[in-house]
Amino acid sequence: MYRYDEFDHAFVTARVAEFSDQVQRRLAGEITEDQFKPLRLMNGVYLQLHAYMLRVAIPYGTLSAAQMRMLAHIARTYDKGYGHFTTRQNIQYNWPALADIPAVLADLASVEMHAIQTSGNCIRNVTADHFAGAAADEVADPRPYAEILRQWSSVHPEFSYLPRKFKIAVTGAERDRAAIQMHDIGLHLKKNERGELGFAVYIGGGQGRTPMIAKKIRDFLPEADLLSYTTAIVRVYNLHGRRDNKYKARIKILVHETGTEELTGWIEDEFAAVKESELKLPEADIRAIERYFAPPDLPARAEGWAELAAARKADAGFDAWVRRNTVAHRHPDYACVTISLKGIGEVPGDASDLQMDAVADIAERYAFDEIRVSHEQNLILPHVAKADLKAVHDALAAIGLATANAGLVTDIIACPGLDYCALANARSIPVAQKISERFGAQARQEEIGELKIKISGCINACGHHHVGHIGILGVEKKGTELYQITLGGSGDEHTSIGEIIGRGFGPDEITDAIETVVDTYLAHRSGREETFLDAYRRLGPAPFKEALYGSDAKAA
Amino acid sequence: MKVLTANRLIDGEAVWLAPGDVWAETLDAAEVAHDKAAEDLLELAARRWAQKNAVVDINLIDVTVVDGAIRPTRLREQIRADGPTNRRDLGKQARRLNAA
Repeated sequence: MYRYDEFDHAFVTARVAEFSDQVQRRLAGEITEDQFKPLRLMNGVYLQLHAYMLRVAIPYGTLSAAQMRMLAHIARTYDKGYGHFTTRQNIQYNWPALADIPAVLADLASVEMHAIQTSGNCIRNVTADHFAGAAADEVADPRPYAEILRQWSSVHPEFSYLPRKFKIAVTGAERDRAAIQMHDIGLHLKKNERGELGFAVYIGGGQGRTPMIAKKIRDFLPEADLLSYTTAIVRVYNLHGRRDNKYKARIKILVHETGTEELTGWIEDEFAAVKESELKLPEADIRAIERYFAPPDLPARAEGWAELAAARKADAGFDAWVRRNTVAHRHPDYACVTISLKGIGEVPGDASDLQMDAVADIAERYAFDEIRVSHEQNLILPHVAKADLKAVHDALAAIGLATANAGLVTDIIACPGLDYCALANARSIPVAQKISERFGAQARQEEIGELKIKISGCINACGHHHVGHIGILGVEKKGTELYQITLGGSGDEHTSIGEIIGRGFGPDEITDAIETVVDTYLAHRSGREETFLDAYRRLGPAPFKEALYGSDAKAA
Repeated sequence: MKVLTANRLIDGEAVWLAPGDVWAETLDAAEVAHDKAAEDLLELAARRWAQKNAVVDINLIDVTVVDGAIRPTRLREQIRADGPTNRRDLGKQARRLNAA
């Protein structure tokens, strides 16, 4: 893992002191709310419905056990005993007092964490494939580059007041698990025919009220040019992005209004001007950062194959968990484990302090001290020996975290929605909980197969509904909640934006409607191997409309 | 009918303006404006409190009164007054549970 150097420590410590002073001055009435609000937002402090909310950055979703324990400590000491892992690989606390936040930030700094740039019109936490450094299908670990981008973008003087927030995601495999085409900049780390590392560069993806899929503007950018090219993109955006209308201020609108070809020309011109500047990454520097992410020394554990086979045969629940919640590791004796934070009927992404502590213990004992947060609101143990899977499963089961549903219909993404969020128009969490309960039977979920449901409580789309195989968008209509269904979205290497299927459903109807959609899929699929998304792409919306609206379908 | 609501500066707690120009932690203590003149007074209070450093995000919201109980019109404000609907053990509703 990356370790703070002297500069990082000094910088974060100074920021804690600065914000502590700002909070004290605000509480003493020396600065007004209008003056204070941008300062608190720069430090991740929002005001929500019931209380303040603190969003803590988890760079590229990577955590050590000590860091996870500190997150548990904060939940226990300053909050109400839980935290909420988000779709941007961060964690949010829903109830901190403003007066306590300086102490929270000091605690975070003690484990090399902070909340800087988790809000505001700046470059946000850089996200990455949650299986980075472990997945069998990976070309190279994307996190060293995410870390380089983090260092470059932290309090970048030119890019701290962009037209709007700016999100970058990096993946190192063909299979895109970081949804790079839905980001302001998406980077796909790959090798060229000479075996050199570089990036396919995408810009202008995003969700919100105007969802757009990113456009590829470079098929191969040499790794040395990462910062100069990114600077060129963000500089062009900073100069030309709209500041007159916040709904048209993201780079996706600039791409759309300017045209990809013309905008790419501007970026290439800017790049030509800065390419040979101090932004060019020296090979030695890249390799030095890479060493922080060197994979742990994974000893051969060949005995695990037979042990695992025997344990799976003896325990059907464990067998299902291995089938659903583990994926291939590049070392054949190991697996990557998904810890589902989607227990049946539970709140997606929430974890209690005790669960966080227990995951830290398990990571330390069985997983080389590494934990990841996925953008799908689950936790990951990237390196677990097959020989240890049963012990890990049993330890997770003891704390209610062994639900075998990764990628299934109950592995739902949901934003906090109107239960917490000041921007929301409708609730998301209870909708997720009811759908989870409806489809909770293991056999039924597995029969349905891979199906991603994503729920947002407003058009800002924090719940990624646009890229849900089934997306649900909550709106307020005539003072009540109404839920629109979109179908056919996907946030992977074949990104697509879901299509609205018809009129919305009330809170008491939406679970039935989702069941109708799922049953329609089951009735029409060519076989078990045809996933919901594949079937939708083959069938189109017609059978789903017919099933949901009957003879009204044409009118809908 | 309207009441004045805000969040307390120091901890973000949702509060409502009560008789006597004090902020109450529960909606049932709020001062309800039944007519335009009373609403104007609440708006004046909002402007006055905005100059102090006690509460933030001050808003006049619509309520109804049924059998003496104040109920916000919008679900958003109902949730602020009660707590998250998925966690009855949190927010104002938890205190009512604990008191019962």
